[in-house]
Amino acid sequence: MTATGLVAAEEAVGRVKTGDTVMVGGFGLVGAPLTLIDALAEHSDATDLTVVSNNIGEPGKGLGKLLRQGRIRRGISSFFTSNPEAVAAVNAGEIEATLLPQGTFAEAIRAGGGGIAGFFTPVGAGTLLAEGKEERLIDGVPHVLEQPIRADVALVYAARADELGNLWYRHTARNFNPLMATAATLTIAEAGEVVPVGELEPESIATPHLYVDYLVAHR
Amino acid sequence: MSEAGDPKTVIAARAAQELRPGEIVNLGIGIPNLIPGYLGAGTEIFLHTENGLLGVGPRPAEDELDPDLVDAAKRPVTALPGASYFDSASSFAMIRGGHVDVAVLGALQVSERGDIANWAIPGKDVLGVGGAMDLVVGARRVIVTMTSTTPKGEAKLVHECTFPLTAREAVDVVVTEQAVFRIRGNSLVLTELLGGSTVADVSSVTEARFTIELED
Repeated sequence: MTATGLVAAEEAVGRVKTGDTVMVGGFGLVGAPLTLIDALAEHSDATDLTVVSNNIGEPGKGLGKLLRQGRIRRGISSFFTSNPEAVAAVNAGEIEATLLPQGTFAEAIRAGGGGIAGFFTPVGAGTLLAEGKEERLIDGVPHVLEQPIRADVALVYAARADELGNLWYRHTARNFNPLMATAATLTIAEAGEVVPVGELEPESIATPHLYVDYLVAHR
Repeated sequence: MSEAGDPKTVIAARAAQELRPGEIVNLGIGIPNLIPGYLGAGTEIFLHTENGLLGVGPRPAEDELDPDLVDAAKRPVTALPGASYFDSASSFAMIRGGHVDVAVLGALQVSERGDIANWAIPGKDVLGVGGAMDLVVGARRVIVTMTSTTPKGEAKLVHECTFPLTAREAVDVVVTEQAVFRIRGNSLVLTELLGGSTVADVSSVTEARFTIELED
């Protein structure tokens, strides 16, 4: 798809439904789509969500807000530990946790977006995180079969977008955003700044507009 | 230990000598992060951080803080001339694909075969692995910097890891405040004594079996 101008954050997050899997970009709060997350917390009733994000925000911040509202059923993440409330919720059985090595997490999203049905990685072989997964010796090295990750909705942040939804990321705020933009049925991008079509250098566009369905201004 | 400095600085200073000019290096949290302060003149290395930056520079001054520019510990950093940014899948492809020369990281336990446990303590939360597994499997050389014992005095160089594993047979070098060990052919070798330590000192805090091949 292609974005058709800006929409309000409240309207865009209205597309998130109860039971959905939602990918959320950011490394901690760096590069996280905070305007969209706030809109989801304040203007949406969608609950029973599976959240795919490297961290579950911080206490009361970012995804930490949705967690406090009890709207997250399951987290898929590499580091729940950065939000002690998320750890407490997992230990209390309030949310289900799927922990993946960070590189496996990133690659699984890339695979999900790129139509790859699974991949073998040496990372995690012989550890707790390989339990229940197929292991195979490849060239004498144990590998683990990992599944791709897709979502119903991806919420991503980019410092700059043009009106078609081409995205430009800044510094280390890029992280998981371009991957997640490819791996959901619907992608909502929050942009720090929206410029006219033609103003972004084509070579500098990390997410071409075909991945972006809705464009929302960062507040 | 007769000349005992702060163990952490002893470890960082010695680990710095393991790095060669031009290498791509990923530094973990804690002692590894002290290493840049001990690199000799002309030992230029390139620091990689797994959240998507090659060419990490020093910490910024207070008025130069940029919320979009952090390292893997989410602390503010700078980017040096020649730096590049990339997404997380590319960053871990660099690691897994063997393009990062060295990972220096801490550990809870290292076994005599080079198994490493550094992400979880049994009975505690096992909910944060981050990039630890990717780094120890993917980096071409893995250097562990750790004190020889826990604060309770338990050996960290052990016969078999009892904590959840990060990876098997992944460690190449271990630097403690007392010694440098190398894993050669799946066995642990003591190659250097630090800070006036003796072999007896090292043996008393090491559960792992090791041989001794002291280098000049």
